[in-house]
Amino acid sequence: MNAILPNTYAWPDAEGRFGPYGGRFVAETLMPLIHELDAAYAAAKADPAFQAELDGFLTHYVGRESPLYFAERLTQHFGGANIWLKREDLNHTGAHKINNCMGQILLARRMGKTRIIAETGAGQHGVASATVAARFGLPCTVYMGAVDVERQQPNVFRMRLLGAEVFPVTAGAATLKDAMNEAMRDWVTNVADTYYIIGTAAGPAPYPAMVRDFQSVIGKEIKTQSQAQMGKLPEAVVACIGGGSNAIGAFHPFIGDEGVRLVGVEAAGYGLDTPDHAASLKGGRPGVLHGNRTYLLQDDDGNIVEGHSISAGLDYPGIGPEHAWLHDIGRAEYRSATDAEALEAFQLCSKLEGIIPALEPAHALARTGEVAREVGKGGDVVLLMSGRGDKDIFQVARHLGVEL
Amino acid sequence: MTTARIDARFNALKAEGRAGFVAYVMGGDPDGDQALDILKGLPAAGADIIELGFPFSDPMAEGPPIQKAALRGLKAGFGLGATLELARAFRQGDADTPVILMGYLNPIENLGYDAFAQRAAACGVDGVIVVDCPPEEAAPLVEALDKASLSLIRLATPTSDDARLKVVAQGTSGFVYYVSVAGVTGVKEAEAAAVAPAVERVRRASGLPVAVGFGVKTPERAAEIARVADAVVVGSALVDEVAAALEANEAVAPRVLAKVKALGDAVRSAASSASVAETV
Repeated sequence: MNAILPNTYAWPDAEGRFGPYGGRFVAETLMPLIHELDAAYAAAKADPAFQAELDGFLTHYVGRESPLYFAERLTQHFGGANIWLKREDLNHTGAHKINNCMGQILLARRMGKTRIIAETGAGQHGVASATVAARFGLPCTVYMGAVDVERQQPNVFRMRLLGAEVFPVTAGAATLKDAMNEAMRDWVTNVADTYYIIGTAAGPAPYPAMVRDFQSVIGKEIKTQSQAQMGKLPEAVVACIGGGSNAIGAFHPFIGDEGVRLVGVEAAGYGLDTPDHAASLKGGRPGVLHGNRTYLLQDDDGNIVEGHSISAGLDYPGIGPEHAWLHDIGRAEYRSATDAEALEAFQLCSKLEGIIPALEPAHALARTGEVAREVGKGGDVVLLMSGRGDKDIFQVARHLGVEL
Repeated sequence: MTTARIDARFNALKAEGRAGFVAYVMGGDPDGDQALDILKGLPAAGADIIELGFPFSDPMAEGPPIQKAALRGLKAGFGLGATLELARAFRQGDADTPVILMGYLNPIENLGYDAFAQRAAACGVDGVIVVDCPPEEAAPLVEALDKASLSLIRLATPTSDDARLKVVAQGTSGFVYYVSVAGVTGVKEAEAAAVAPAVERVRRASGLPVAVGFGVKTPERAAEIARVADAVVVGSALVDEVAAALEANEAVAPRVLAKVKALGDAVRSAASSASVAETV
């Protein structure tokens, strides 16, 4: 169970660390820019005008707040606590990613940057970045592994439609981590005018805390909505974890609420007892990659190994550093779900609730039944529905042996 | 004791009145035996200092040539451990040429800082460049390296202002590596005219010799940089020779060493013309 914490959780520290995790492990060329970004974000965060501008776009452009929906039939099906879905799938662009992109592009404008770059795996963060870049008229280059470009053609077309340049990365294994390497190479080459919108709560400080802050709108809304709709806080919040930005956004406002269990679900791929999974906490160990220290999937020589998940959005060999810390101190609990379990949950939610979830939150749903039973009847469990599943129907059909 | 071989080499270069030539090669590229042949041949071909890269799966600051070299090394089964053994084999036949290990932090963290430092020292390594370990994160590594009398070579860049240079220079030893272009290795070209004042600023801030790299590919450019810096580093152009030799089915070491000789000769001739100019 969750450890009791002093009510003074105030991570990261001044060095951008969450305990031993986080930090700023980047090339020297980027360090002055990292410090500049740190100062610019601190100033923006303290400026009510910045927050008001962001709130305006979140309301009128993104479509917030997102509903907290009582999933009656899933509740009946699992036979435990009441299950509620936080509907981030109803946001503009269909996922939580836009919350962060909107915050970061407003910051980029404030800093006078004139060019946007981003990395993407499944393409959801790429689409969200291309969307806000289009809205504010900034040129945008999205780095995407060549393998993922092939797998995610509809999203590649969306990004191009939105005016972004999609750059297929052939280096390494040509997937998300290589796209991130390539984005960092672009950034170091174009430091003066370019803003890098990192898509998850990872990377060098201040990104993990900044992305968390922009995504915390999710948890804050859950809190207010729970009080209004349940008359109390939920007993548990469940979310999927790749890099973990949706989960940290949901968890962070609840860290001081000891009665609320925070449950993260990693992608177990073909199973944690195989090499083919993407569960950095359960199957990795601490190391340094992409600017931060965190749990990583790595071999005996310290080389990073490819993760595997049916969900391209969870298929990353690392995890945000704050999750690494919450894991170590026991404030959040981390479980995992396999490809097969996620596929089953994907179909279950579609049939019982009329909501086709993305494969990412389908992993969280796969563990929600057991959490609901642990909490018991009369309790309340919030499942973070981080995105909609339209993007996944071709892949799911293929796995179910259906030809579209 | 610390940096003895590095200091001795820069003192000797100063006495000769010329800049040094630093040759970068990748451990295990294209395989262990040929990489050792290359290493052994470097001093005679004109390398004053050797930078030995260790292959890493995610070389974020490298352009395509060194990315490919790292992949060749990984494919040959090389990582940090095997690269350290390569350094040991080289050191058995050469007591004087400084060897600087260059790469990324994760393999070093994976070994543990103290274990890494002791093993590197035992293998005859003199200094370490860790691309993704800026001064803000370096204290625990420096402590471990100090205990083993190894230098952590710091990097200065075109984005380093005077305040930043002070941070970079703090507690450093051996030499400072000036990254002459904002970008990755082996893509943009350095401009000698822009490099000269930067080298001067770095020298003043650190009190150490300054080696310039990241944008030097040709003997002509190496000569230009040699006139304004204490040492010139070439990497991408050398590992490109490995790739070209493999493609042409040629013997790898002779081709790489021929390039080293051309670059080393250019650095030496540049220095002598500079000292002639001074005499005149």
